[in-house]
Amino acid sequence: MGTDTVDGFAAALSTADVDCTRTTAADFEAVLDDVVDAPAVGTPLGIDGVSLDDTIVELPPTPRLLDEAETGVTRVHAGIVEYGTFVVQADEAGTEPVSLYPRTHVGVVRASDLYEDVRSVASWLGDEFAAGRDSAVLATGASATADMGELVTGVHGPQTVHAVVLTDR
Amino acid sequence: MSRRQKADRIRHLLATEGDAVFENTTHVNAGRLEANSHRDDIEELRSEARRIKEDAIERLPELVETVRESVEANGGTVYVADDAADANRYITDVVEDRGADAVAKSKSMTSEEIDVNEALEAVGVEVCETDLGEFVIQVADEAPSHLVGPAFHKSTGEIATLFNEQFDPDVPLETATDLTQFARDHVGEQIRDADVGMTGANFVFADSGTIALVTNEGNARKCAVTPDTHVAVAGVEKLIPSVAEFPPFAELIARAAGGQDIATYLSLLSPPVDSPVVDFEKPDEPLDGATDNREFHLVLLDNGRTEMREDEDLRETLYCIRCGACANSCANFQHVGGHAFGGETYTGGIATGWEAGVHGMDRAAEFNDLCTGCSRCVNACPVKIDIPWINTVVRDRLNRGTDQEFDWLVEGLTPDADPGGVDVQKRLFGNFGTLARLGSATAPVSNWLADWGPSRAFLDRVAGVDRRRDLPEFQRETLRDWFASREPLDTAGDADREVVLYPDAYTNYVLVDRGKAAVRTLEALGVDVAVASCHESGRAPLSQGMIATARRNARRVADSLDPYLDDGRDVVVVEPSDLAAFRDEYERLLPANRAERLAEHSYEVLEYVYGLLENGADADALAGGGDVAYHSHCQQRTLGLDVYTEAVLERVGYDVVTSDVECCGMAGSFGYKSQYYELAVDVGGTLRDQFEAEETADREVVASGASCQEQLAGLLARGNRHPVELLAPE
Repeated sequence: MGTDTVDGFAAALSTADVDCTRTTAADFEAVLDDVVDAPAVGTPLGIDGVSLDDTIVELPPTPRLLDEAETGVTRVHAGIVEYGTFVVQADEAGTEPVSLYPRTHVGVVRASDLYEDVRSVASWLGDEFAAGRDSAVLATGASATADMGELVTGVHGPQTVHAVVLTDR
Repeated sequence: MSRRQKADRIRHLLATEGDAVFENTTHVNAGRLEANSHRDDIEELRSEARRIKEDAIERLPELVETVRESVEANGGTVYVADDAADANRYITDVVEDRGADAVAKSKSMTSEEIDVNEALEAVGVEVCETDLGEFVIQVADEAPSHLVGPAFHKSTGEIATLFNEQFDPDVPLETATDLTQFARDHVGEQIRDADVGMTGANFVFADSGTIALVTNEGNARKCAVTPDTHVAVAGVEKLIPSVAEFPPFAELIARAAGGQDIATYLSLLSPPVDSPVVDFEKPDEPLDGATDNREFHLVLLDNGRTEMREDEDLRETLYCIRCGACANSCANFQHVGGHAFGGETYTGGIATGWEAGVHGMDRAAEFNDLCTGCSRCVNACPVKIDIPWINTVVRDRLNRGTDQEFDWLVEGLTPDADPGGVDVQKRLFGNFGTLARLGSATAPVSNWLADWGPSRAFLDRVAGVDRRRDLPEFQRETLRDWFASREPLDTAGDADREVVLYPDAYTNYVLVDRGKAAVRTLEALGVDVAVASCHESGRAPLSQGMIATARRNARRVADSLDPYLDDGRDVVVVEPSDLAAFRDEYERLLPANRAERLAEHSYEVLEYVYGLLENGADADALAGGGDVAYHSHCQQRTLGLDVYTEAVLERVGYDVVTSDVECCGMAGSFGYKSQYYELAVDVGGTLRDQFEAEETADREVVASGASCQEQLAGLLARGNRHPVELLAPE
């Protein structure tokens, strides 16, 4: 994936009020400590060369951590460049609730997992479904509602979303 | 409900809910248009979405079997429920089997349709609505007023009053942020305590047993994933083959519903999901691995849908993806909201189809007439459903089931092809052509009689023609009489183009000047003009749901125009709704070849003038110059024809400001009807405000439609004309 793709993703994230931090595997831990507000909870990222083990992020998640953590850190399995969308797959480690409950979601995505549009990500999802990874959420920006008369963010889901893009992965 | 009761109810809702609904729909419509403008392939996406739904409904029985296999393979259960009672029985059994006493529920119109909350509460189970709009409605003990925004009819202030009274918080709640924060915390606790999560499904992928949930708040995710048991309730029509068919819907649904490029959360869950159950009663127990005890039930609801599928006209209701764009784009809905324009569950334009299908014709009858057939919803619908046609068909069926006392009044006057049971009011307006012919033949006596107090009282009482509305003034000399008495033009024999002007009853008997202006304008541009016989196009009976009469009218029009078409003449139409009938409705009323030929060769008068000017006609032959406030016509706008009028007027030196309201509120006969008069005037008020604003107050008013002209005449102190009257040389 070229710089253009990451630039496009960052631009779309910005439109969705999502900050984007670019880093490499080597600098990941330092960057993460900068963007994460403690207490933080996470699930294993499953990305070669990066880990949450030596960060302030606590694992494994518990209901108390979900409730009290300011930040949830998870892998983002794919991104849609056009809209700045995170595709987060459900797993037994609890990636789905960790991306949902805390006030801030920090999603870690490999640049190589960015797809241009909904159609290309749906095609990828088709393969994933066939392989048994058949639950995912396409999340774009913060949780929001207009039900109380004007737009308010941070309803049942996160109020702040932050992307960390691994440009060398 | 009598006309008076209906008028009272509408007046009440205009006063109590109208303003909030208007503000919300205005906001959402602006968002929809803006979001659609970000992409240039919306039309392709709409066509693709429609093809997918057509195919899925066609293959529905097969898809039901596929999803049964896939959900069972995942470890879940599928139950196809015949009706509401069957679905509720199954759901309460599931909930009771789990020993549950609290259910957290994500907003779902299908579960509203079956009243599952009442069924669960009857067995002692507490149900918490977690969508904040739906939560407001639950606290207020009301019914949703909109497919997407259940509390669309409530302002922030009203919700604050409600919450402060109901919950008595330490610090009174005031702002939208206060209210959201409070509701989030309150509802959040209910989700933690819930034993069962219940959701709807916007789509169900048969192949993988996946339910797609489209939300912005995140509550559906929490309901589906937090407790160990998930029940999803969906109409059978929600099935599509696989995730491969999802993209056009993902692109369209949030744009149509709320003006977002994409919804915040598109959850694709193939339950029972791998995510661990979140048990807040064991706060320090790690989440990982606790997935074995998950249970999932997909309840697919029939409740009349199989019959709708077999019904040629109601079938496309099943393509609906419940975005609510039809409601938002509807002028009447914008002013009165879903508590008037809706049935037991569904609201807005498509609601007639849903209510007729799932709750029966009586439910649809309560609000069906609020669709004026203005057609503004047609372009708004992301799956291209012909909503006005569904409303017309249901109205036709309702007509056939009624019996009225005053048939003698219209039986002789209006020899229509529909059965005697049709309501007097509808028969009167559905046969406007006959009325206009008689009115013109007896003018000015007919006009005097129509204005005479006792006859207005009689018309009001028997036919519900509101006394506050001025009636059309019939002209003794018709357009055809005027045309026949003219000397043929010198140029007639060697004109480059030949047209036949189609006059409807308004043009021939009432607004004769616009017909004369059309003839003079076309002739000035070197066209040889003939004027056809005046036969009604069928728009009037169609708007009353009198399809048989409309079909007879269509045949007469085609019979009278066919010889001109054989001679190679183009058909020019002054009234936009007639052209809409030729282009869109005649395919349902006439044999395909006749309808196609007429549609292909018919033009709205300013569209035709535009074409002439583009092909070298001399614009200097036309009158021009001045400042104009222009109101297009709803069906004309749906057909995309308003731009021609603007372009032509500007070409000859007019400065044009165009109104942007969906419809003037008159909509043919709607504004004459006593039960709807006040709504029509309220809708017209938006247009009046635009034309009385500083920028437009001194401009000459022009309008393309006859009923728009009538409405504007009633709303504004200054008069108005048809655009072609500005162009015609002296």
